[in-house]
Amino acid sequence: LFYSFFKTLVGKDVVVELKNDLSICGTLQSVDQYLNINLNDISVTDPNKYPHMMSMKNCFIRGSVVRYVQLPADECDTVELQNAARKEAMQSKSVAATASAAAAGGGGGGGGTGGHGGAH
Amino acid sequence: TLLETMIKQQVSVITADGRVIIGILRGFDNAINLILEDSVERVFSANSPVEAVPLGLYVIRGDNVSLVGELDPEVERRMDLSRLQADPLRPVVT
Repeated sequence: LFYSFFKTLVGKDVVVELKNDLSICGTLQSVDQYLNINLNDISVTDPNKYPHMMSMKNCFIRGSVVRYVQLPADECDTVELQNAARKEAMQSKSVAATASAAAAGGGGGGGGTGGHGGAH
Repeated sequence: TLLETMIKQQVSVITADGRVIIGILRGFDNAINLILEDSVERVFSANSPVEAVPLGLYVIRGDNVSLVGELDPEVERRMDLSRLQADPLRPVVT
């Protein structure tokens, strides 16, 4: 779900805050299924504190180190996103329920047929 | 589009423990394991100039990679490391 959401943001300016407290501003170039982010034309929001990136224009950020992705409010319909997320949560809950019911039913059937042989 | 565009270029890798390693990206895979040639670690500290530690050919496991940045060789050449001073980067907190 969020992969599709980020795909709609490609080309927009965002600020990515990482789990090591580094904040990077840039244009979203691409995103992948792990939510790894490619940012173009980056600028560090506090260059004096983090001069390590002075010569860096594009970067690849591993999805697992992202804490936040800050975007302008008009780039995102929060109500629509909430509804979509809720729907997906319900869908995965029902898929999990049917999967565990099938597993329980399969286990019970196997135990029943095993018992018949003992009667002879 | 992924790391493919940065291959054969000089990149700066920020690791999960807050280290900065600079080298030429030779290879990568889906897990972001990296192969870096002629790698050099840049050690920052608040009160002494940047220290460069040469490391040679390195394989960095993807779990440990935070960021891979493409370095502009022009700007790199003009950068004077002896004037750079900064606090070291924080390690990633999960």
